[in-house]
Amino acid sequence: MFGILGKSVSTGIVTTSYPATAPELSGRARGRPEIDWANWKDARPAARVCPTGAISHEDSGDRRVARLDLAKCIFCGLCAEADTAIRVTNICECAARARQDLLTAATYSLKPDLTHNKLLDAPSSSAAGRRERTAGSSEALERLGGQIKAQVEKIFGRSLHIREVDAGSCNGCEVEIVALNSPVYDLERFGMHFVASPRHADMLLVTGPVTRNMELALKKTYDATPEPRLVVAVGACGCSGGIFGQNYASLGGVDNVLPVDVYIPGCPPNPFALLHGILTAVGRLEPREVRPEPRTGGV
Amino acid sequence: MNLLPSLRPIFEEVTHRFGDRLKPLRVERPDEVYFEAGMELAAGFCAHLYKLWNARLVSVFADDARAEAGVFHLYYLYGLDAAHGFFILRVPVPPEEPQFASLTNAVHAVNWQEREIQDCFGLKLLGHPNPRRCVLHDDWPEVYPLRKDFDLRTKLPPFQGERHKFRKVEGEGVFQVPVGPVHAGIIEPGHFLFSVAGEPVLYLQLRLFYVHKGTEKLFEHLPLAHAVRLAESISGDSSFAHATAFCHAVERAAGVEAPPRARFLRSICLELERLHNHLADIGAICTDVAFATANMHCARLKEGLLRLNEQLTGNRLLRGMAALGGVRFDFEPPHLEALAQRLAQLRPDFESVVHLIEESSSTIDRLENTGVLKPDIARNLGVVGIAGRASGFDHDLRRDFPHAAYDQVNFKVPVYQAGDVKRRMQVRIDEVRESLGLIEQLATRLPAGPLRAEIGELPPDRTALGFVEGWRGEIFHWIRTAPGNRLARCKVKDPSLQNWPALSEAILGNIIPDFPVVNKSFNLSYSGNDR
Repeated sequence: MFGILGKSVSTGIVTTSYPATAPELSGRARGRPEIDWANWKDARPAARVCPTGAISHEDSGDRRVARLDLAKCIFCGLCAEADTAIRVTNICECAARARQDLLTAATYSLKPDLTHNKLLDAPSSSAAGRRERTAGSSEALERLGGQIKAQVEKIFGRSLHIREVDAGSCNGCEVEIVALNSPVYDLERFGMHFVASPRHADMLLVTGPVTRNMELALKKTYDATPEPRLVVAVGACGCSGGIFGQNYASLGGVDNVLPVDVYIPGCPPNPFALLHGILTAVGRLEPREVRPEPRTGGV
Repeated sequence: MNLLPSLRPIFEEVTHRFGDRLKPLRVERPDEVYFEAGMELAAGFCAHLYKLWNARLVSVFADDARAEAGVFHLYYLYGLDAAHGFFILRVPVPPEEPQFASLTNAVHAVNWQEREIQDCFGLKLLGHPNPRRCVLHDDWPEVYPLRKDFDLRTKLPPFQGERHKFRKVEGEGVFQVPVGPVHAGIIEPGHFLFSVAGEPVLYLQLRLFYVHKGTEKLFEHLPLAHAVRLAESISGDSSFAHATAFCHAVERAAGVEAPPRARFLRSICLELERLHNHLADIGAICTDVAFATANMHCARLKEGLLRLNEQLTGNRLLRGMAALGGVRFDFEPPHLEALAQRLAQLRPDFESVVHLIEESSSTIDRLENTGVLKPDIARNLGVVGIAGRASGFDHDLRRDFPHAAYDQVNFKVPVYQAGDVKRRMQVRIDEVRESLGLIEQLATRLPAGPLRAEIGELPPDRTALGFVEGWRGEIFHWIRTAPGNRLARCKVKDPSLQNWPALSEAILGNIIPDFPVVNKSFNLSYSGNDR
């Protein structure tokens, strides 16, 4: 008994202060890739080495539409090795409310050797897309959006019960989701916890490409979750099918089976990315403050 | 022929014993020998190798070679642990007579593997005690996904539900308790049907393959470099081990060896993978007997290791590190410094947590004599890895088939006889200590040199076996190459496939509330099993 207490005292507090502070990542950590769209000379080399088709292009005549789809990206960084116009950042907070917010596309005119001549259409990135939509919408629509957000926060913004469902994952996402229960990430400090039954849940955290053998179980789990409910798709596979895509045994991303509220890219998304996505889903993500006092323990 | 000297007497004996009926095909590599024989010899060859040479049937798998050879091929992969080699028996199955004889009654370990062949290749199983569907659940239409004339992208009708017939267990007061596929914890999906009388479990039926996602078929459609990333997604907790086993197979097919520095870095990464998984399991076993504090400490230590992984390789699960011909990232002096520092901190911290666990008599009481898997049953089922070593099977590919840099270092393989949860935890505790020592040896003697060997275009129709002792147990990848630097077949053998049925044995007579801890003490991969 005293041994247990002594160990706890000598360990100190190890819990991260995220999201008040930035994710604690090392220099080598691979997050989402960034493309220098204006100076991108050729989309083909990166598309060739990309294992999941996250970077792709479509040519018609002397035009090329080049795309970066974060929902498919496994953050392997091979594109950056193949192309100097691409840089791997350590940015892991990529969660988005809409699938198309994870997609960036740009149009180029092509030279005869099929390299890029000129950027014709500036890339429509997720952030830019959001700005455009806001700018284009009427005040009434904006007000409605605000009301919905307030409503979501009112319903889910306090204690949140989460049911995790593996609908076909490789268990990599599970390794990271389990880490949310560790003292380092401590999901309970947000008043959130994982529950054993969908009947107690407000949110389904779904991983994996949905397999054919799990489709029915996933639907039944969803049906067993009382409304209002949120669905969060986790990982490249959950967001898009990832490297598995769609095949005879896999239906691809979770949104092919259920309506998805938030997408968390990554392979697997690290615990910071998961927290970011969950907090985004319930509208509890606030602008980052200055760093508070250093912690006593530390991992 | 450059056969391994230790394999020579066995080779000579079996060729003499079976004469014309057994055709030696080729010695692909000194430790990998191929034979061909008719179906009628498969059982006799198996019995002979088991009896005389103490071999074990590691895996049975099929390959659709109708285009090249006009037949399906069955492969029986035998491990000759004492002689450090593999014998592989190839048996042709003519498409006009698509059937094969089951060995399950003699070797229980191949029960699911044979049914998988029946499901995926449409080769009818003869003489199997339970020849029902396994990988493809009951409602699947008549399709054979691993046949070459089946398109990977085939769209099948949506899952309609099924009435899987579990075996009936009847008697006064017998209840059946169904659990899953969606479980209460944050784990993968599978279905368990317990039959209980009062509290003790009489019988446990397992139904897996819920996360079958066409991985082996997908391998046939990917360029080799992309296939490495797919191998990382076979079982996330063994990302590096699976990817390395795959790279090992490709390297052996190409006749190329990874350079020394890469082999050392591979071993370091394999040990890092072992460490973080073992720590998680030790903690999770404690949680399942209500000692949450120990789990919190283990989770904290594990987090430190995952962050170290990220610091060294850019990914917390070591993804992206594996590469054909070697590894992708070097460990520079600052990385090695961080590695040494982290492990130096880990060692005393880990020992004090182990001390807490050992001091907690209520924890130890729950672990001892719980979920016992007797050595003879384990041997019959072909149980490998942690679970095998806790039940008396003195086996570790790192020692018996040194790969990566394991021939350069010293370590002990812990073996226990009692086969209970306590021993499965003890194997992990011992292995954590060994791993720490291993990494220290490897890091201090890290040779200089390149990180990757060049692998040219693979010639078609080469076969090769790659293997790695992952943290859970032995992992095999067997490949056959196709023209254009692609794969005609990739067979993935995770230790889980072998070990799952052992859970049904270990739980007998235990109470359902102890199932989580027994299950956790095996901690088998659903995804690695189902693929």
